[in-house]
Amino acid sequence: MPGLNTSSTADISFMLLIFFLVTTSMDTDMGLARHLPQPPDPDQEDAQVDIKARNILYVRLNYQGQLSIKDETTQDAGWSEFSELRQRVKDFVRNEQNYSKWPEKHVKIIDLLGRCYVTDKHVISVQTDRGTPYDAYFQVQNELVAAYTELRNEISKEKFGREYQYLEDDQKAAIRQYYPQNISEAEPKKYGGAE
Amino acid sequence: MAAGFKRKEGREMVEMNTSSLPDLIFTILFFFMMVTTMREVTLKVKFVVPQGTELEKLEKKSAVSFIYVGPPTDQLRAQMGSGTRIQLNDRYAEPKEVMDFVAAERQGMRNQTDQIISIKADRGTQMGYITDIKEVLRKSWALKINYSASRRN
Repeated sequence: MPGLNTSSTADISFMLLIFFLVTTSMDTDMGLARHLPQPPDPDQEDAQVDIKARNILYVRLNYQGQLSIKDETTQDAGWSEFSELRQRVKDFVRNEQNYSKWPEKHVKIIDLLGRCYVTDKHVISVQTDRGTPYDAYFQVQNELVAAYTELRNEISKEKFGREYQYLEDDQKAAIRQYYPQNISEAEPKKYGGAE
Repeated sequence: MAAGFKRKEGREMVEMNTSSLPDLIFTILFFFMMVTTMREVTLKVKFVVPQGTELEKLEKKSAVSFIYVGPPTDQLRAQMGSGTRIQLNDRYAEPKEVMDFVAAERQGMRNQTDQIISIKADRGTQMGYITDIKEVLRKSWALKINYSASRRN
Protein backbone atom coordinates (compact mmCIF):
# COMPACT_ATOMS: atom_id res chain seq x y z
CA MET A 1 0.00 0.00 0.00
CA PRO A 2 1.50 3.32 -1.07
CA GLY A 3 1.82 6.07 1.56
CA LEU A 4 -0.44 9.08 1.37
CA ASN A 5 1.06 11.73 -0.86
CA THR A 6 1.81 14.62 1.48
CA SER A 7 3.70 16.83 -0.92
CA SER A 8 0.88 19.40 -0.94
CA THR A 9 0.72 19.78 2.85
CA ALA A 10 3.41 22.41 2.64
CA ASP A 11 1.35 24.40 0.15
CA ILE A 12 -1.72 24.15 2.32
CA SER A 13 0.10 25.37 5.39
CA PHE A 14 1.66 28.16 3.35
CA MET A 15 -1.84 29.27 2.40
CA LEU A 16 -2.87 29.30 6.06
CA LEU A 17 0.24 31.26 6.92
CA ILE A 18 -0.47 33.86 4.28
CA PHE A 19 -4.09 34.12 5.42
CA PHE A 20 -2.95 34.90 8.95
CA LEU A 21 -0.37 37.35 7.75
CA VAL A 22 -3.03 39.26 5.89
CA THR A 23 -5.77 39.28 8.52
CA THR A 24 -3.70 40.08 11.57
CA SER A 25 -1.66 43.03 12.57
CA MET A 26 1.63 42.92 14.33
CA ASP A 27 1.61 46.40 15.84
CA THR A 28 2.22 46.29 19.53
CA ASP A 29 -0.12 48.73 21.14
CA MET A 30 1.53 51.19 23.41
CA GLY A 31 0.21 54.12 25.28
CA LEU A 32 0.20 56.29 28.33
CA ALA A 33 -1.72 54.58 31.10
CA ARG A 34 -3.83 56.88 33.28
CA HIS A 35 -6.46 56.46 35.95
CA LEU A 36 -9.62 58.51 35.88
CA PRO A 37 -11.01 59.74 39.18
CA GLN A 38 -14.13 58.03 40.46
CA PRO A 39 -17.41 59.56 39.38
CA PRO A 40 -18.80 62.12 41.82
CA ASP A 41 -21.31 60.82 44.30
CA PRO A 42 -24.70 62.28 43.33
CA ASP A 43 -25.93 62.30 46.95
CA GLN A 44 -23.07 64.36 48.11
CA GLU A 45 -23.06 68.11 47.85
CA ASP A 46 -20.21 69.58 45.91
CA ALA A 47 -17.65 69.41 48.63
CA GLN A 48 -15.37 72.25 47.72
CA VAL A 49 -12.17 71.15 49.29
CA ASP A 50 -10.15 74.18 50.19
CA ILE A 51 -6.62 73.75 49.08
CA LYS A 52 -4.03 76.24 50.15
CA ALA A 53 -2.82 78.31 47.25
CA ARG A 54 0.78 77.30 47.84
CA ASN A 55 -0.12 73.66 47.24
CA ILE A 56 -1.44 74.14 43.73
CA LEU A 57 0.49 74.20 40.50
CA TYR A 58 -1.66 75.30 37.60
CA VAL A 59 -0.87 73.90 34.18
CA ARG A 60 -3.06 75.55 31.60
CA LEU A 61 -3.40 74.90 27.92
CA ASN A 62 -5.26 77.34 25.73
CA TYR A 63 -7.07 76.63 22.48
CA GLN A 64 -3.88 77.12 20.50
CA GLY A 65 -2.03 74.59 22.62
CA GLN A 66 0.03 77.23 24.39
CA LEU A 67 1.18 76.29 27.84
CA SER A 68 1.24 78.38 30.98
CA ILE A 69 2.56 77.16 34.30
CA LYS A 70 1.63 79.05 37.42
CA ASP A 71 2.27 78.67 41.12
CA GLU A 72 2.47 81.11 44.03
CA THR A 73 5.86 82.35 42.93
CA THR A 74 4.78 83.27 39.42
CA GLN A 75 4.22 86.96 38.97
CA ASP A 76 2.90 87.18 35.45
CA ALA A 77 2.05 83.97 33.69
CA GLY A 78 3.52 84.17 30.24
CA TRP A 79 3.73 81.20 27.92
CA SER A 80 6.09 78.44 28.89
CA GLU A 81 7.92 75.88 26.85
CA PHE A 82 6.89 72.23 27.12
CA SER A 83 10.49 71.35 27.94
CA GLU A 84 10.33 73.45 31.12
CA LEU A 85 7.36 71.57 32.51
CA ARG A 86 9.14 68.49 33.79
CA GLN A 87 11.70 70.43 35.84
CA ARG A 88 9.06 72.84 37.16
CA VAL A 89 6.90 69.97 38.36
CA LYS A 90 9.84 68.19 39.94
CA ASP A 91 11.04 71.29 41.80
CA PHE A 92 7.52 72.05 42.90
CA VAL A 93 6.70 68.58 44.20
CA ARG A 94 10.08 68.02 45.80
CA ASN A 95 10.31 71.44 47.49
CA GLU A 96 13.73 70.66 48.87
CA GLN A 97 14.26 73.94 50.70
CA ASN A 98 10.79 73.91 52.26
CA TYR A 99 10.09 77.13 50.46
CA SER A 100 7.00 78.91 51.74
CA LYS A 101 5.48 79.39 48.31
CA TRP A 102 5.74 75.76 47.30
CA PRO A 103 3.72 72.86 48.78
CA GLU A 104 3.83 72.47 52.54
CA LYS A 105 5.86 69.66 53.98
CA HIS A 106 4.81 67.69 56.99
CA VAL A 107 5.88 64.58 58.82
CA LYS A 108 4.38 61.32 57.73
CA ILE A 109 5.19 57.83 58.96
CA ILE A 110 5.44 55.47 56.02
CA ASP A 111 6.02 51.72 56.29
CA LEU A 112 9.57 50.78 55.27
CA LEU A 113 10.60 54.41 55.02
CA GLY A 114 9.89 55.65 58.54
CA ARG A 115 9.52 59.33 59.31
CA CYS A 116 9.48 61.37 56.15
CA TYR A 117 8.88 64.98 55.24
CA VAL A 118 6.46 64.75 52.39
CA THR A 119 4.55 67.18 50.19
CA ASP A 120 1.63 64.86 49.66
CA LYS A 121 -0.90 67.68 49.78
CA HIS A 122 0.30 69.15 46.53
CA VAL A 123 -2.06 69.25 43.57
CA ILE A 124 -1.23 69.69 39.94
CA SER A 125 -4.22 71.17 38.24
CA VAL A 126 -4.37 70.60 34.50
CA GLN A 127 -6.81 72.85 32.75
CA THR A 128 -7.67 72.64 29.10
CA ASP A 129 -9.93 74.45 26.72
CA ARG A 130 -12.41 72.52 24.60
CA GLY A 131 -10.38 73.60 21.60
CA THR A 132 -6.99 72.53 22.92
CA PRO A 133 -5.26 70.17 20.50
CA TYR A 134 -5.08 66.64 21.87
CA ASP A 135 -1.36 66.48 21.09
CA ALA A 136 -0.59 69.37 23.46
CA TYR A 137 -2.61 67.72 26.22
CA PHE A 138 -0.87 64.43 25.63
CA GLN A 139 2.56 66.04 25.83
CA VAL A 140 1.60 67.61 29.16
CA GLN A 141 0.44 64.25 30.51
CA ASN A 142 3.61 62.63 29.24
CA GLU A 143 5.79 65.21 30.96
CA LEU A 144 3.85 64.92 34.22
CA VAL A 145 4.25 61.15 34.24
CA ALA A 146 7.94 61.57 33.41
CA ALA A 147 8.40 64.03 36.28
CA TYR A 148 6.79 61.69 38.80
CA THR A 149 8.77 58.73 37.46
CA GLU A 150 12.02 60.64 37.92
CA LEU A 151 11.06 61.73 41.43
CA ARG A 152 10.12 58.21 42.42
CA ASN A 153 13.29 56.81 40.92
CA GLU A 154 15.36 59.27 42.92
CA ILE A 155 13.82 58.34 46.25
CA SER A 156 13.74 54.61 45.55
CA LYS A 157 17.41 54.65 44.55
CA GLU A 158 18.22 56.48 47.73
CA LYS A 159 16.20 54.20 49.99
CA PHE A 160 16.30 50.84 48.25
CA GLY A 161 19.15 51.18 45.78
CA ARG A 162 17.04 50.27 42.78
CA GLU A 163 14.79 52.03 40.33
CA TYR A 164 11.10 52.18 41.09
CA GLN A 165 10.06 49.67 38.45
CA TYR A 166 12.30 46.97 39.91
CA LEU A 167 10.98 47.27 43.47
CA GLU A 168 8.80 44.81 45.35
CA ASP A 169 5.12 45.63 45.60
CA ASP A 170 5.25 46.82 49.22
CA GLN A 171 8.24 49.00 48.46
CA LYS A 172 6.42 50.48 45.51
CA ALA A 173 3.47 51.26 47.75
CA ALA A 174 5.76 53.07 50.18
CA ILE A 175 7.27 55.15 47.38
CA ARG A 176 3.81 55.93 46.09
CA GLN A 177 2.90 57.29 49.51
CA TYR A 178 6.00 59.43 49.48
CA TYR A 179 5.27 60.88 46.06
CA PRO A 180 1.57 60.41 45.31
CA GLN A 181 0.37 61.48 41.88
CA ASN A 182 -2.08 64.24 42.57
CA ILE A 183 -3.18 65.41 39.17
CA SER A 184 -6.53 67.08 39.03
CA GLU A 185 -8.28 67.73 35.79
CA ALA A 186 -11.00 70.27 36.14
CA GLU A 187 -13.81 70.58 33.67
CA PRO A 188 -12.41 72.35 30.64
CA LYS A 189 -13.16 75.99 30.60
CA LYS A 190 -14.30 77.98 27.66
CA TYR A 191 -11.83 80.76 27.32
CA GLY A 192 -13.35 81.59 23.97
CA GLY A 193 -11.72 81.24 20.62
CA ALA A 194 -12.49 77.82 19.21
CA GLU A 195 -16.01 76.46 18.87
CA MET B 1 40.64 17.64 -14.13
CA ALA B 2 40.71 17.32 -10.42
CA ALA B 3 40.01 13.95 -9.01
CA GLY B 4 37.14 15.24 -6.93
CA PHE B 5 34.98 15.98 -9.92
CA LYS B 6 35.47 12.61 -11.49
CA ARG B 7 34.28 10.81 -8.46
CA LYS B 8 31.05 12.77 -8.29
CA GLU B 9 30.12 12.22 -11.92
CA GLY B 10 28.95 8.73 -11.34
CA ARG B 11 26.52 9.68 -8.59
CA GLU B 12 22.90 10.52 -9.09
CA MET B 13 21.54 13.77 -7.70
CA VAL B 14 19.66 12.96 -4.50
CA GLU B 15 16.42 14.86 -4.12
CA MET B 16 16.12 16.95 -1.03
CA ASN B 17 13.89 15.43 1.59
CA THR B 18 10.98 17.84 1.99
CA SER B 19 8.88 15.77 4.35
CA SER B 20 9.61 18.16 7.24
CA LEU B 21 8.70 21.24 5.26
CA PRO B 22 5.02 21.22 6.35
CA ASP B 23 6.06 20.99 9.98
CA LEU B 24 8.36 23.93 9.49
CA ILE B 25 5.67 26.05 7.92
CA PHE B 26 3.19 25.06 10.62
CA THR B 27 5.66 26.26 13.21
CA ILE B 28 5.89 29.64 11.53
CA LEU B 29 2.12 29.69 11.28
CA PHE B 30 1.71 29.07 14.99
CA PHE B 31 4.29 31.71 15.75
CA PHE B 32 2.32 34.27 13.81
CA MET B 33 -0.92 33.21 15.43
CA MET B 34 0.64 33.84 18.80
CA VAL B 35 2.26 37.21 18.26
CA THR B 36 -0.36 38.92 16.14
CA THR B 37 -3.84 40.07 16.87
CA MET B 38 -6.87 39.81 14.67
CA ARG B 39 -7.89 43.01 13.03
CA GLU B 40 -11.31 43.35 14.53
CA VAL B 41 -12.66 46.54 13.09
CA THR B 42 -12.42 48.33 9.82
CA LEU B 43 -11.16 51.78 10.55
CA LYS B 44 -13.50 54.51 9.51
CA VAL B 45 -11.48 57.33 10.93
CA LYS B 46 -7.89 58.17 10.26
CA PHE B 47 -5.59 59.19 13.01
CA VAL B 48 -1.95 59.76 13.78
CA VAL B 49 -1.39 59.08 17.45
CA PRO B 50 0.83 61.44 19.46
CA GLN B 51 4.37 60.53 20.42
CA GLY B 52 5.51 60.04 23.98
CA THR B 53 8.33 58.71 26.09
CA GLU B 54 6.62 57.27 29.15
CA LEU B 55 4.68 54.58 27.37
CA GLU B 56 3.60 51.19 28.61
CA LYS B 57 2.71 48.18 26.55
CA LEU B 58 -0.88 47.02 26.57
CA GLU B 59 -0.44 43.62 28.11
CA LYS B 60 -3.77 41.88 28.35
CA LYS B 61 -5.25 42.21 24.90
CA SER B 62 -8.51 40.57 25.90
CA ALA B 63 -9.21 43.26 28.49
CA VAL B 64 -8.69 46.17 26.13
CA SER B 65 -11.38 47.98 24.19
CA PHE B 66 -10.58 50.66 21.67
CA ILE B 67 -12.19 53.98 20.98
CA TYR B 68 -11.06 55.66 17.79
CA VAL B 69 -11.27 59.41 17.37
CA GLY B 70 -10.40 61.36 14.26
CA PRO B 71 -11.68 62.69 10.95
CA PRO B 72 -13.38 60.23 8.52
CA THR B 73 -11.15 58.34 6.11
CA ASP B 74 -10.64 59.72 2.62
CA GLN B 75 -13.23 57.39 1.06
CA LEU B 76 -15.91 58.44 3.53
CA ARG B 77 -15.14 62.11 3.60
CA ALA B 78 -17.48 62.91 0.73
CA GLN B 79 -20.48 61.66 2.72
CA MET B 80 -19.43 62.36 6.26
CA GLY B 81 -17.49 65.60 6.01
CA SER B 82 -14.18 66.19 7.68
CA GLY B 83 -15.26 66.91 11.26
CA THR B 84 -13.96 64.77 14.10
CA ARG B 85 -15.83 61.50 14.60
CA ILE B 86 -15.81 58.85 17.28
CA GLN B 87 -15.76 55.25 16.14
CA LEU B 88 -16.98 52.40 18.33
CA ASN B 89 -16.73 48.93 16.81
CA ASP B 90 -17.65 49.35 13.16
CA ARG B 91 -19.61 52.55 13.16
CA TYR B 92 -19.60 56.19 14.09
CA ALA B 93 -21.09 57.05 17.44
CA GLU B 94 -21.92 59.87 19.78
CA PRO B 95 -20.01 60.32 23.06
CA LYS B 96 -23.02 59.19 25.12
CA GLU B 97 -23.05 55.83 23.32
CA VAL B 98 -19.68 55.06 24.88
CA MET B 99 -21.53 53.97 28.03
CA ASP B 100 -23.35 51.15 26.25
CA PHE B 101 -20.17 50.24 24.43
CA VAL B 102 -18.26 49.92 27.70
CA ALA B 103 -21.01 47.81 29.24
CA ALA B 104 -21.17 45.55 26.19
CA GLU B 105 -17.40 45.09 26.14
CA ARG B 106 -17.40 44.34 29.84
CA GLN B 107 -19.92 41.51 29.37
CA GLY B 108 -17.48 39.04 27.92
CA MET B 109 -14.62 39.74 30.26
CA ARG B 110 -13.50 37.36 32.93
CA ASN B 111 -12.15 39.99 35.28
CA GLN B 112 -14.25 43.05 34.75
CA THR B 113 -12.23 45.36 36.97
CA ASP B 114 -9.24 44.92 34.68
CA GLN B 115 -10.99 46.54 31.79
CA ILE B 116 -8.82 49.05 29.98
CA ILE B 117 -10.13 51.55 27.47
CA SER B 118 -7.56 52.59 24.93
CA ILE B 119 -8.23 55.92 23.27
CA LYS B 120 -6.70 56.11 19.85
CA ALA B 121 -7.11 59.71 18.90
CA ASP B 122 -5.63 61.89 16.22
CA ARG B 123 -3.12 64.50 17.34
CA GLY B 124 -5.20 67.34 16.03
CA THR B 125 -8.41 66.35 17.81
CA GLN B 126 -9.90 69.09 19.93
CA MET B 127 -9.88 68.26 23.63
CA GLY B 128 -13.64 68.76 23.85
CA TYR B 129 -14.23 65.36 22.24
CA ILE B 130 -11.72 63.63 24.50
CA THR B 131 -13.14 65.30 27.60
CA ASP B 132 -16.66 64.22 26.68
CA ILE B 133 -15.49 60.64 26.26
CA LYS B 134 -13.60 60.76 29.55
CA GLU B 135 -16.65 62.07 31.39
CA VAL B 136 -18.78 59.21 30.06
CA LEU B 137 -16.07 56.69 30.91
CA ARG B 138 -15.98 58.01 34.44
CA LYS B 139 -19.73 57.67 34.76
CA SER B 140 -19.57 54.10 33.51
CA TRP B 141 -16.77 53.24 35.96
CA ALA B 142 -14.26 52.43 33.27
CA LEU B 143 -11.46 54.21 35.06
CA LYS B 144 -8.39 52.58 33.58
CA ILE B 145 -7.63 54.33 30.36
CA ASN B 146 -4.73 54.42 28.01
CA TYR B 147 -3.87 57.19 25.58
CA SER B 148 -2.53 55.32 22.60
CA ALA B 149 0.77 56.69 21.34
CA SER B 150 3.93 55.79 19.53
CA ARG B 151 7.41 55.94 20.95
CA ARG B 152 9.46 59.04 20.35
CA ASN B 153 13.09 58.44 19.61
